[in-house]
Amino acid sequence: MSHDHSIDPKNMPKDPSKATTEGKHKFMGLWIFLGGETVLFACLFGTYLALRNSNAGGPTTQELYGLGLVFLMTVLLLTSSLTSVYAIYHMKNNDFKKMQLWMGITALLGIGFLACEIYEFAHYIHGYGFTFRSSAFGSAFYALVGFHGGHVAFGLSWIITLMVRNAKRGLDLYNAPKFNTFALYWHFIDVVWVFIFTVVYLMGMVS
Amino acid sequence: MTDEMSTRKINSFQKQKNKQEMQRMVVSFALMIIFTLIAFALVMLEVPSTYVIPIILLLAFVQVGFQFFYFMHLKDKGHEVPSQIIYGGVFITVMVALTFTVITWW
Amino acid sequence: MGMTSAQKRGFGATLWDWLTTVDHKKIGILYMAGGGFFFLMGGLEAVIIRIQLMSPENNFISAGLYNEMITMHGTTMIFLAAMPILLGLMNFIMPLQIGARDVAFPFLNSLGFWLFLFGGVLLNLSWFTGAPDAGWTNYAPLSIQSPGHGIDFYIMGLQLSGAGTLMGGINFIVTIVLMRAPGMTYMRMPLFTWTTFVASILILFAFPALTVGLFLMMFDRMFGSAFFDAALGGNAVIWQHLFWIFGHPEVYILILPVFGVFSEVFPTFAKKRLFGYTAMVFATFLIAFLGFMVWAHHMFTVGLGPVANSIFAVATMAIAVPTGIKIFNWLFTLWGGSIKINSAMLWALAFIPSFTIGGMTGVMLASAVADYQYHDTYFVIGHFHYVIVGGTVFGILSGLHYWWPKMFGKYLHEGLGQLSFWTFFVGFHLTFFIQHFLGLMGMPRRYWVFLENQGLDTGNLISSIGAFFMSFGVIVFLINIILTTIKGKKAPRDAWGSGRTLEWSISSPPVHYNYKQLPLVRGLDPLWIEKMEGNKNMTPAEPVDEIHMPNGSILPLIITIGMTIASYGFIYQTGNKLWLIAVYSGMAIALISMLTRSLKDDHGHHIPKEELERIGD
Repeated sequence: MSHDHSIDPKNMPKDPSKATTEGKHKFMGLWIFLGGETVLFACLFGTYLALRNSNAGGPTTQELYGLGLVFLMTVLLLTSSLTSVYAIYHMKNNDFKKMQLWMGITALLGIGFLACEIYEFAHYIHGYGFTFRSSAFGSAFYALVGFHGGHVAFGLSWIITLMVRNAKRGLDLYNAPKFNTFALYWHFIDVVWVFIFTVVYLMGMVS
Repeated sequence: MTDEMSTRKINSFQKQKNKQEMQRMVVSFALMIIFTLIAFALVMLEVPSTYVIPIILLLAFVQVGFQFFYFMHLKDKGHEVPSQIIYGGVFITVMVALTFTVITWW
Repeated sequence: MGMTSAQKRGFGATLWDWLTTVDHKKIGILYMAGGGFFFLMGGLEAVIIRIQLMSPENNFISAGLYNEMITMHGTTMIFLAAMPILLGLMNFIMPLQIGARDVAFPFLNSLGFWLFLFGGVLLNLSWFTGAPDAGWTNYAPLSIQSPGHGIDFYIMGLQLSGAGTLMGGINFIVTIVLMRAPGMTYMRMPLFTWTTFVASILILFAFPALTVGLFLMMFDRMFGSAFFDAALGGNAVIWQHLFWIFGHPEVYILILPVFGVFSEVFPTFAKKRLFGYTAMVFATFLIAFLGFMVWAHHMFTVGLGPVANSIFAVATMAIAVPTGIKIFNWLFTLWGGSIKINSAMLWALAFIPSFTIGGMTGVMLASAVADYQYHDTYFVIGHFHYVIVGGTVFGILSGLHYWWPKMFGKYLHEGLGQLSFWTFFVGFHLTFFIQHFLGLMGMPRRYWVFLENQGLDTGNLISSIGAFFMSFGVIVFLINIILTTIKGKKAPRDAWGSGRTLEWSISSPPVHYNYKQLPLVRGLDPLWIEKMEGNKNMTPAEPVDEIHMPNGSILPLIITIGMTIASYGFIYQTGNKLWLIAVYSGMAIALISMLTRSLKDDHGHHIPKEELERIGD
């Protein structure tokens, strides 16, 4: 590995995020971590599936959920997944400004998603008295969706930190892997959300 | 430094390849949105649950496949270990979901 | 390396070196020292249990304390003793075996160790205010009802050390996938590396289930949620599932690495290559795969129904097949070999019959119908001590004797080693063999006392006497460590003269960058190949050049201290909201240190070529 981590203009690597040993390690490490995250969410989904009808006399899933907001949230998060792909596309073309721009859009969409989620929770609590403590269903719902929301919040602080930290110095072989691992993590959050809107909201409206 | 970077010449062949890949990404995004629309529509049209639940679950799996294989490049070379790990995770997920729906209450 | 130069630097500098180290070898030693300490704690608890059960209706400790004792004994031995010592061995040996200079994420490695240590310390601090008392399985609703803060310590302590273990697992996987030396293909990896790899995959998939289970338990106990509260629609069986989805793979996390140890020890001391290498690798994967699908055999009496019970019974019995393959492969490795018996080999040889007995009773327990009879009796206690002591502990001790010269540059004393082996071995069978029969006679586990004249008196007395033999063996082992540290025989690089794998090609103990030049691996048992071709050592795969190494850092320790403070706050904020200050300030410490880590560039350092040439290797 060379001492100088900045990208050499004459010898631009095909994928700057995997050009260094450290970059390769980060890439592999994040994937392995996502394997563990899969099981983490699997257990939360399992708990929710077991407890979704245990509403202890409170509102049922059909009474509670509204598909409009969920659809909006889905579109926000799916789009943010695409915009992060754009960001990585510009990274591979060595265009730092555009990468920052698209990462910024990704973050904004994420913030929009999180705002919707907070509104949703507040609505359930104040409109229905449906809380973390009101029933086993409530506990399981907030645990699953809340863990996902927590992951979104963590991802947001991650990307904002990265963008601010590297705004002045531009792209190099030291920070390219960091942007790339963020993008992978962000896609995974979207994967989890696809199952949340299907298993929690859509299936909750059906049965 | 930043300005320098963005004007740098990159292998035009590579650039063309990146562009083609990006187009494929946009197509898969469009498909994901369509799948989402179908799933929401099926539920809103109140299709009987015997049909709708397997269909929306299938749609979710296909959509997640797009995320993993295209957005996250799991189909590409150099992703053999990550894909094995994810398959392992998915296997356990299915097992856990089955457990909690079938052998938790009786 | 270290040792001599560290002594010159004075105590403060040495301490700072160990607190900030990211060297996988030092972290390995730290893991083993921490695990060893908790092993003594757990052992002490075991002796107290056996003293209480030495005679009928004994009054040595109170019933409440007895519950705390069994809970802490189990929890400590599994999470804080066996696993960390194994993680220590893996940390030290695995990178050497694949010809790497460090693990993939040295910083994370250090963070993982400190999280384990502080998690363990936090759990043991509960002794001052009331330890957890719901058994190591911590079943709801008993654990939800348990008064005081004991269970809260269990939750937070295991959460911390579990997070550390998960980091270790991810780290090992990435290391093995990406950092193998030139020529070291997957199918040339030593078996210990293979089992480290597979155990790490199990850690990766099993520990998140524990994390979730502990979170739910924490929410129920501290924040009023209702996961396990039947009154609000909760279900206590969820805890059992989550716990055993983690807990069964956990026992394979404990046993697979020592299968790897034996697969190194037998070929070395039989001077013969491992019989059926490919089958061994395959069997390891098969055990791991099946190990994930059998957790409900711990729940046969819960009432899952005959279909579920049958499926899990059959899957459980199936595990005996790959395990049997392994047992036979070890026997065939010994067959016709030129066998040298020493303490490392004795532990390995004793493992085979002991573990096989444990495996046999395992198949007995796997039969769901018969399990209704065995469940929660001393038969189960006998069974799992045969696999965990007869397997894991024997394996750890074999591995420690085997790699001690590599790790510390000095041999353990052979006579003392054999004395501790024989006393421990005899004591082990005295203690646990009789427990199978006590169980069959109807003695339930987790009971504070047993009644007189029910045929249980002699058996329990024998069992307790065995426990003293085992304690004696452990004390002899400790004396052995101390004596050999003071004046032990120095070990050369190939300490046993018949080393086959890469770790024996470098100095004992290794320099901190392990390999001056990465070795070229030309087949399975690379060092043996070179020796057979008359070469003194490995052929280098690269010219001598500067080496890139990571920098040490105090941040992992600070992050861990922050998290420990926050955990303490979580435990006590239920009674007094002022403790939330501890929660927030602890979190702040942890987050600020993490931020520091990510904002400050750390490119590591380079060891210049001139220095390498000067030092030699």
